[in-house]
Amino acid sequence: MPAELEPGGHESPEDAASPAHALELLCHLDHAARGSTACVVWEPAGAGGRVISLADNHVLLWDLQESGSRAALASSASLEGKGQLKFTTGRWSPHHNCTQVATANDTAVRGWDTRTMSQIYCIENAHGQLVRDLDFNPNKQYYLASCGDDCRVKFWDTRNVSEPVKMLEEHSHWVWSVRYNHSHDQLVLTGSSDSRVVLSNMVSISSEPFGQLADDDDLSDQEERRPEEKSQEPPQDSVITTYEEHEDSVYAVDWSSADPWLFASLSYDGRLVINRVPRALKYHILL
Amino acid sequence: MAAAAAGPGPGSGPGDSLERPEAEAPERRRKAHGMLKLYYGLSEGEAAGRPVGPDPLDPTDLNGAHFDPEVYLDKLRRECPLAQLMDSETDMVRQIRALDSDMQTLVYENYNKFISATDTIRKMKNDFRKMEDEMDRLATNMAVITEFSARISATLQDRHERITKLAGVHALLRKLQFLFELPSRLTKCVELGAYGQAVRYQGRARAVLQQYQHLPSFRAIQDDCQVITARLAQQLRQRFREGGSGAPEQAECVELLLALGEPAEELCEEFLAHARGRLEEELRSLEAELGPSPPAPDVLEFTDHGGSGFVGGLCQVAAAYQELFAAQGPAGAEKLAAFARELGSRYFALVEWRLAQEQGGGDNSLLVRALDRFHRRLRAPGALLAAAGLAEAATEIVERVARERLGHHLQGLQAAFLGCLTDVRQALAAPRMAGKEGPGLAELLANVASSILSHIKASLASVHLFTAKEVSFSNKPYFRGEFCSQGVREGLIVGFIRSMCQTAQSFCDSPGEKGGATPPALLLLLSRLCLDYETATISYILTLTDEQFLVQDQSPVTPVSTLCAEARETARRLLTHYVKVQGLVISQMLRKSVETRDWLSTLEPRNVRAVMKRVVEDTTAIDVQVGLLYEEGVRKAQSSDSSKRTFSVYSSSRQQGRYAPSYTPSAPMDTNLLSNIQKLFSERIDVFSPVEFNKVSVLTGIIKISLKTLLECVRLRTFGRFGLQQVQVDCHFLQLYLWRFVADEELVHLLLDEVVASAALRCPDPVPMEPSVVEVICERG
Repeated sequence: MPAELEPGGHESPEDAASPAHALELLCHLDHAARGSTACVVWEPAGAGGRVISLADNHVLLWDLQESGSRAALASSASLEGKGQLKFTTGRWSPHHNCTQVATANDTAVRGWDTRTMSQIYCIENAHGQLVRDLDFNPNKQYYLASCGDDCRVKFWDTRNVSEPVKMLEEHSHWVWSVRYNHSHDQLVLTGSSDSRVVLSNMVSISSEPFGQLADDDDLSDQEERRPEEKSQEPPQDSVITTYEEHEDSVYAVDWSSADPWLFASLSYDGRLVINRVPRALKYHILL
Repeated sequence: MAAAAAGPGPGSGPGDSLERPEAEAPERRRKAHGMLKLYYGLSEGEAAGRPVGPDPLDPTDLNGAHFDPEVYLDKLRRECPLAQLMDSETDMVRQIRALDSDMQTLVYENYNKFISATDTIRKMKNDFRKMEDEMDRLATNMAVITEFSARISATLQDRHERITKLAGVHALLRKLQFLFELPSRLTKCVELGAYGQAVRYQGRARAVLQQYQHLPSFRAIQDDCQVITARLAQQLRQRFREGGSGAPEQAECVELLLALGEPAEELCEEFLAHARGRLEEELRSLEAELGPSPPAPDVLEFTDHGGSGFVGGLCQVAAAYQELFAAQGPAGAEKLAAFARELGSRYFALVEWRLAQEQGGGDNSLLVRALDRFHRRLRAPGALLAAAGLAEAATEIVERVARERLGHHLQGLQAAFLGCLTDVRQALAAPRMAGKEGPGLAELLANVASSILSHIKASLASVHLFTAKEVSFSNKPYFRGEFCSQGVREGLIVGFIRSMCQTAQSFCDSPGEKGGATPPALLLLLSRLCLDYETATISYILTLTDEQFLVQDQSPVTPVSTLCAEARETARRLLTHYVKVQGLVISQMLRKSVETRDWLSTLEPRNVRAVMKRVVEDTTAIDVQVGLLYEEGVRKAQSSDSSKRTFSVYSSSRQQGRYAPSYTPSAPMDTNLLSNIQKLFSERIDVFSPVEFNKVSVLTGIIKISLKTLLECVRLRTFGRFGLQQVQVDCHFLQLYLWRFVADEELVHLLLDEVVASAALRCPDPVPMEPSVVEVICERG
């Protein structure tokens, strides 16, 4: 992030020159003393009056006033110690009443409780190299995905952080972005600087039950169903598609908030690609 | 014509005289033939049928049985012209003449034979008549002889009966005399200690005495005998119980006691109890040899003692028992088998304990010899006591020991491999002598390879002792089949190669990925080692094994190709990991250099930054390192003067448009278009792509990773004008030195161009430096 844009606020004023709506500057998050900001995240639910910003090695929780005209620093915490302590990215958990935030610095991922501003968990060496992005599973409260410069995507259970639950190694360069689908959390999207976007189907760790579990209620059918059940029994985690439309590094991927089957990816050369989840898979998940 | 026409009638016309013999001769001949044939049992039909052509009933066939001269003549006359009639007539006359002469010769030829046959028959008739008379005479003579013989045997009958009676009386008298003398004889025998003789006498007399005990005189004798026998039995038992005498003497005692009619059951128990005492003594002495402290006598001596003491004793006991108590039947044999089993298991426990102490040792030959003796000694009791299963148990112990040895060797090999790796680590970590290179990688590799190979060979040779011909157990099915194929080939050799690959692969998976605890040179060396294994060593070792252990087992074994594939996969992974590690090292350097600098406020570049020189130095060092172990590899053909190329691209791109940031409205398309067009012509760069086994590929991988990192880092920063120029200088410098390492220098150009272009995009005031100045700075640096 260019340094000069940071203190300005959430939206950079220079870019606001679109004809539809002029953006107006509401307030400043004033923390010049604490170094440059790496990341600003809104509270994902609730009144939306709170913002976390990560500046160098500080976690700052801001409270926006009713009118939104003033931001007050509610609380803060900071990392002390040796080594690379600058935060690179952060993510606010939508669970637990929005009291948890995950941050990444260097190869470590840390969880914070916003009420006390204390560290809840810490995954040292979550990745072999820099951690680039984090995302919480929207439906399973303890599941966290992370990606980084070791070309891997890892899925963690924050209750037991000694080992990742799952690991994907589909990219051949740094993975810059990882996103859970908002409603079908087995769909995971990753973008990497090998200019590929990968859509994976992580059935084994999703919140949705395996296909036939829903059918288990009608016992009468069970006998007839058995052979068929066996054939479709183990749901395999798999890569659904690798999208190679981009010519340069992909830095951001995200799902549409309106249509759960739509997603976009943005690459360095300014290309924005919008894709759909393959129809067959969509029906497979829905039916 | 008329004559011919009227010819058929017999005895009419000139043709008649000709006709008759013509018609008659075959007829007569056939008749004669027919009679002969009848005589000799050939049927008329087949004799007649033979010469006949297609239809035997055809009356016009001259040779047919149903030949009718009328019909024939009629036919001839009707069908044939005169000339042909004439011809057939002459032909027929000729044939008739020929037949006549034939007949005559036949009669002449056979006449003599008929005469002589008749003579012979007449003579035979006379001879038979003579013979008949002689036979009659013979019959009468035989009858006379039979009569005489009957008369003689009737005469002798009486005398013969008397002689038989006399002989019976004599025998009886002898027996009686023996009986009367018996008590005194027995006493004498007992006094003299000739127990065997006494028992024999007693045995002979017993039945008679038993039978005639109702007679007072015999009764007295029997009583005497019984007293003496009781004394005898007591003395024998005494001797038996004393037990000091050896097994053969005891066996004798038991035999005599048995003959005296002592209860076999009890004797058998007692006998076994005595034997047990002796054998337990042996076992105790063996146990004493084991002792709590490290055993003094070696394992060979131990098995010798066991073999001669315990096993020998057991053999004697078993042989004696079987001889003595054969009458006991299966129950007795079972008792002996149980006895042998129990003692045998105790012996085996001792032997196994002793052998277990030997497991740690390195000397296989001694162990094999000891096992051989052990096994050999147990074959004798094994044959005697098949039911006790001693030989099987012994074979089992030997097999178990052999398996353990294999496991031990496998561990030894693994330890040796790890030891080699430790040595290599130390050699790599050892500080280089000033001015003097340490042992080169190639040399280290050769050391490791040869030391592992020699370890393998030593293990093979040592294990091979188990299957040597002169060893008694080597022809057991286990040692011929499973031991060779499953044990040695699969367990030891294949197992070792697998574990080697695993050990090597574990270096790739080490969690400490940041640089890793494993020195990169070790990765490189291991990779080469695995590759060498794939190409030659594995097949060599397996061939060696198969030759040494003629594998007869049909069980499936791991084919060479599978192992080779595994080794190759390991080599590939190691090399890829090496590339990653080295790439990471250089990447970290580049990243630090980009991230820690304030690019907005740098001064105008005067020099290439030191870190770039460092990068080039490190790359050169890696190049040298890889070059020691891997071949050069192929690179794309390029024009000779590659270093100049950059220059033109820089200038041309500069002429086309300024390095304008994309968001500046003035020229939004230019650079995008430019870079897109460039990318159209270049292939996508797979950064962490798998590497091939050559130097160029390895170096290309490392440089790709490093430059891609540089590119990504540059994109995260904002540059001032001089910052951009510094990047330009740095990139040109890298350009000058890195192209020679890679397979396709286009790649380096492309990535470096991308770096400069990205820096330009991140620069609010993009004014590139003059290419000539860049060049001067680079050449000066």
